[in-house]
Amino acid sequence: MVSTMASRVRQKRIAQLISRGKRLDGRELADYREVQVETGLIERAEGSARVRLGKTEVLVGVKFEMGEPFPDTPNEGVLTVNAELVPLASPTFEPGPPDENSVELARVVDRGIRESKAIATEDLVIEPGKKVFVVFVDVYVLNHDGNLIDASCLAALAALLNTKMFNYEVKEGEVKIKPGYKPLPIRNYPVAVTFAKFDDKLVVDPWLEEEQVMDARLTMTVEKDGKICAIQKGGYGYFTAEQVIEASKMAMQKAEEQRKLVVKE
Amino acid sequence: MSQKKTEKLIDENDIRLDGRKFNETRPVKIEVGILGNADGSAYIEQGKNKILAAVYGPREVHPKHLALPDRAVLRCRYHMAPFSVQERKSPAPSRRELELSKVIRESLEPSIFTEYYPRTSIDLFIEVLQADGGTRCAGITVASLALADAGIPMRDLVSACAAGKVEGRLVVDLTDMEDKAGEADLPLAYMSNENAITLLQMDGMLTGEEFEQVVNLALEGCKQLGQIQKEALRAKYVVTKDVEAQGEKEEVEEGEE
Repeated sequence: MVSTMASRVRQKRIAQLISRGKRLDGRELADYREVQVETGLIERAEGSARVRLGKTEVLVGVKFEMGEPFPDTPNEGVLTVNAELVPLASPTFEPGPPDENSVELARVVDRGIRESKAIATEDLVIEPGKKVFVVFVDVYVLNHDGNLIDASCLAALAALLNTKMFNYEVKEGEVKIKPGYKPLPIRNYPVAVTFAKFDDKLVVDPWLEEEQVMDARLTMTVEKDGKICAIQKGGYGYFTAEQVIEASKMAMQKAEEQRKLVVKE
Repeated sequence: MSQKKTEKLIDENDIRLDGRKFNETRPVKIEVGILGNADGSAYIEQGKNKILAAVYGPREVHPKHLALPDRAVLRCRYHMAPFSVQERKSPAPSRRELELSKVIRESLEPSIFTEYYPRTSIDLFIEVLQADGGTRCAGITVASLALADAGIPMRDLVSACAAGKVEGRLVVDLTDMEDKAGEADLPLAYMSNENAITLLQMDGMLTGEEFEQVVNLALEGCKQLGQIQKEALRAKYVVTKDVEAQGEKEEVEEGEE
C-alpha cells in the first residue's frame, strides 16, 4: 500500500537532516537521483523517450499533424505541449480534465522549449501562412515520486532529439509523403533544474516526500550556452533574493551535467 | 518572440515609447473598497491596465470536503474579460489563466495568517478589464489590497512588478508591446518586511549577470509599488480621521504619517 503522505515523524526527520546538510536517501543537497533515459520505445510515435529519475517515471511522445500557423507567425510551425497526470501514476491523481498541476507542468516544459528556440520551427512550414506542421509533445507521467518538472523536461528533450520527420513534397497544394525520414531540426537543448527550499537550504531534485515538507520550489531552465530561458516558482513558501541568485548559479552547473545524459555530441 | 519591429521601443536617449526611463514604472492609480457586496475590494490602473479584485470570506467552504482542519483555504481566480484585449478572448478559462490563478494564489498565501481561520475559505477574484502587459503583477498588487480591505490578518502587503530585457536593455514594468517584442520578461512578487520573493517566473533569455540585474530592477519596482499601496490603503481611512479631528481639535496628533 502506498501512503500519500509521509508520516509526521518522517517529515520531521527529513527537515532535520536537511538543516544539517544531509538527506534521508543519502544524497548530497546538490545531487540528482540516478537518471535513466531510453528513446524510441513507441514505434507509432514520431519520437519518444522515457526518463526515470529515481522512481519518478515519465514517458514523452511526439506526434505531427498538419495545421494552420498562428496569424502572427505565418512562417513558423506550431509547438503544442500537453501533460497528463495519469491516474495510474499516483494515488493522488484522479481521472478528468487537466487540473492546474498538469497545466502548470505542461506550460513549464513548453516555456523551456519555446524560449530557447529548441525546435527550428521555420523549417516546419509547408505553405507560408496556410499550412505548417504542428508538433505535439505529450508528457505522460507514469510514476510520481517527485520532481516531475525536471523529469518531464529531460524526457521531452530526449524525445525531440529522437523525433524523425517523414519526407514529403508539395504538388499542386497537396502534400505527398515520400519514403525515408529526416531528423527533426533541433538547435538548442534546454534543461530544467528544480530546487526545493527548506529554510536557508536549497535542495536539488526533491523526491516526493521532500516535496511534501519543502517550503517552496523553484525551477530554472538553462539552455546550451548557459543562459536562463525559463523560471517558475511554485508552492506556498518564499525565496529570499540571495537564494534566487544562488539557485541561478547552481542551475547552470547542474543543467550542464544533466544535459550530457541526453545530448550526445 | 522576435517579431518584425515597426518602430524602436527605446530611443537613442534611452527613453521608452511611452516616455519612461528604464527604471521607471508606469503611473499607478489605486482605489480600495469600491465594491458593495465583497468583503474586501480594490481597483488598480497601471498604465493601460485596469484590474478589479474582490475578496469574499473567510466564509464556509463549498464544497465542504475541500475544507482544511488547521487553516483556511485560499482560492483564486484570475480571469480576463473578453473585451480586455485586442482580439476578443473567449470567456472560458484558458490554460494561461489556470496557471496564473495558481501562481497568484501561491504568491499571496505566504502573506496571510490562514491558520487563524480553520475550516473556512477565502475566495479571491481578479478580473482584468483591460490588459496591457504585466497583468499578473498588477493583479497581485491589487489583490493584496483587497485582502487587507477584507480585514484578513497579514504579515505584509505583497507587491508585484516585472522587469525584463527589451532591445538589449534591461527595463522595469514592461508594456504588452515591450513584452512581445522584447527578449525576456520576469514577473516577481515581494513582501518587503520579510525579504520574501513569493512569485518568480521568467520567459526569454538572460545570462546569469543579466538575471541578477533584472531581479534587482523588479525588486526596486516592487518597493515603489509598495509605497503606493500603503498610501492607497490609508486613503480609505483618512476621511474618518478628519471627521474625528474636527470633533476634538485638541487631540489632533502630531507627527502623523
